[in-house]
Amino acid sequence: MNPDVLLEVDRVTMQFGGLKAVADLQLEIGRGELVGLIGPNGAGKTTVFNFVTGVYAPTVGRVLFEGRAIQGLRPHAIAKRGVTRTFQNIRLFASRCCRDNVLIAAHHHATAGLSDALLRNRRFAEDERGMRDRADELLGVMGLTEWADTRATELPYGQQRRLEIARALAGRPRLLLLDEPAAGLNPQESEQLMRLIEDVRRRFELTILLIEHDMKVVMGICRRIAVLDYGIKIAEGTPDQIRSDPRVIEAYLGEEVTVPRAKGS
Amino acid sequence: MKQLAGLALILGVLGILNFVLPQALNPYFMRVLMLCGISVVLAVSLNLINGFTGQFSIGHAGFMAVGAYGSAMFSLHVGAGWVRTLESAGAPEAAAQGLALLVALMVGSVLAAIAGYLVGLPSLRLRGDYLAIVTLGFGEIIRVIITNVDAVGAARGLPGIPGWANFFWVGLAVVAVVVVSRRLANSTHGRALFAIRDDEIAAEALGVDTTRYKVLAFVISSFFAGLAGGLFAHYNAYLHPNSFTFLKSIEVIAMVVLGGLGSISGSILAAILLTVLPEALRSAQELRMVIYSLMLIVLMITRPGGLLGNREISLDFLRRRRSAGRA
Ligand SMILES: Nc1ncnc2c1ncn2[C@@H]1O[C@H](COP(=O)(O)OP(=O)(O)OP(=O)(O)O)[C@@H](O)[C@H]1O
Ligand SMILES: [Mg+2]
Repeated sequence: MNPDVLLEVDRVTMQFGGLKAVADLQLEIGRGELVGLIGPNGAGKTTVFNFVTGVYAPTVGRVLFEGRAIQGLRPHAIAKRGVTRTFQNIRLFASRCCRDNVLIAAHHHATAGLSDALLRNRRFAEDERGMRDRADELLGVMGLTEWADTRATELPYGQQRRLEIARALAGRPRLLLLDEPAAGLNPQESEQLMRLIEDVRRRFELTILLIEHDMKVVMGICRRIAVLDYGIKIAEGTPDQIRSDPRVIEAYLGEEVTVPRAKGS
Repeated sequence: MKQLAGLALILGVLGILNFVLPQALNPYFMRVLMLCGISVVLAVSLNLINGFTGQFSIGHAGFMAVGAYGSAMFSLHVGAGWVRTLESAGAPEAAAQGLALLVALMVGSVLAAIAGYLVGLPSLRLRGDYLAIVTLGFGEIIRVIITNVDAVGAARGLPGIPGWANFFWVGLAVVAVVVVSRRLANSTHGRALFAIRDDEIAAEALGVDTTRYKVLAFVISSFFAGLAGGLFAHYNAYLHPNSFTFLKSIEVIAMVVLGGLGSISGSILAAILLTVLPEALRSAQELRMVIYSLMLIVLMITRPGGLLGNREISLDFLRRRRSAGRA
């Protein structure tokens, strides 16, 4: 197996009752890459994230992360191996402040155990301080410093999207899965966010798989793009190749004309 | 060091109060005070499951019963003998009884915690409603068992339990459950519990082993329910299965909900209120339960988030209230 491949989706089919949400998908993500996963509504993009992160076990096929099979593991175990994600339909911890949201995701890096927490010993204090510093650093990177003590749900929408990313970074992933991080943002905001994502990838030496509904948004930062339509990978290649691929144009044309861009979960 | 000094201070204050209170208060008030303390332990511990973690358990009376009967049986068959031996060897009465009580309480609490683990592990993998049903069933099974096993007195009840529990021990249990809850809340483990309550799917995806943490909350909570049961047994000196019906569980849930799910100080306040209220209403006789229920309804309508929502009373909070009032 090629050591430069970080994630391999090996001929995965995901079936919900009679519906094949993803069919026989083969996808490889190299270490350090920023790959775009695009496709019209209902194409199966989020489903790919769901079986990679263990929300569902694939009906058929394997998912290899760093050469080891992770399909069927529980989500927290996959997160610990180094795969974290954001959610298309923002899922922040509503009753907690931004810092806590990030701290929760750093949870499995805590070195102080339950007894340390109950005894309030030095190890607990140091661990807690270290985790807080790192959480504040991540909030800084995502431009959320001034919101650190604000309840997550009281944030403006764009900041909530950023907090989702800060939180996913807190688990120190090697593979970051971003599910439409720019959904609902205006063109300037979404362009800013894309630049930020590229910065984050370099700074933390990450590999990123980025779902986006709107092709144009990912064209700028992804050197490789895969296109799903009705659960089938219809194209894969550089932005130029994708732009001129007749099957992609067809998939997107049909949609753009008849379906106005509606966002949901 | 600072912590040890704090502990010494608490022990000292409780010791003095233990001496002063019975002389200052008449026995009836003393009894209400003790029952308040036991209620606080029950409510604050249930808050760990129903408040912090957002799971719905209705079996708290069952865990309390395990602790009550477990510790009582230990004292009757083992502890009482220890006390006799220690006292004839010249140990002071309070020390001998305190030691025997401490061991008995630990036996009861650990048994309750084990019960919590056994009930929690299979059912906490399931979602919401199942847990409610399983815990309800558990509580009833425990009650049926103690109603039918002769060794624990069956339906006649279990008399003759040494009355070793006094204000000192109840006060210490209250301090313990509050300190554990607070320290848990302000640690990564407590944050994991809140994450489960807020969004279980996101918590899992971000590395929180949700099953493990739900079981943990359950075990700690059952431990303290068992402790409350043990204190009740050694204060009341008599146990009867009717003290542990599912209505008892509902009563504790009412305390947690009324106080505001997740709020430790809210649970304390509501536990005291719901213990004192029925006593205060004794003069209303038949109307007592009607007034009690009406007050509950009115409270929940006017403060649907509970007395304190999910806030805590602390010096900080009071300070902020004051400055907000001025502005
Ligand atoms: N748990 C599920 N049970 C049944 N059907 C599902 C489930 N999850 C997804 N689907 C279906 O699978 C298909 C793909 O859904 P998915 O959410 O992956 O699409 P998507 O590409 O992310 O779309 P969008 O751009 O709208 O987010 C859809 O038809 C959806 O209804
Ligand atoms: Mg989607």
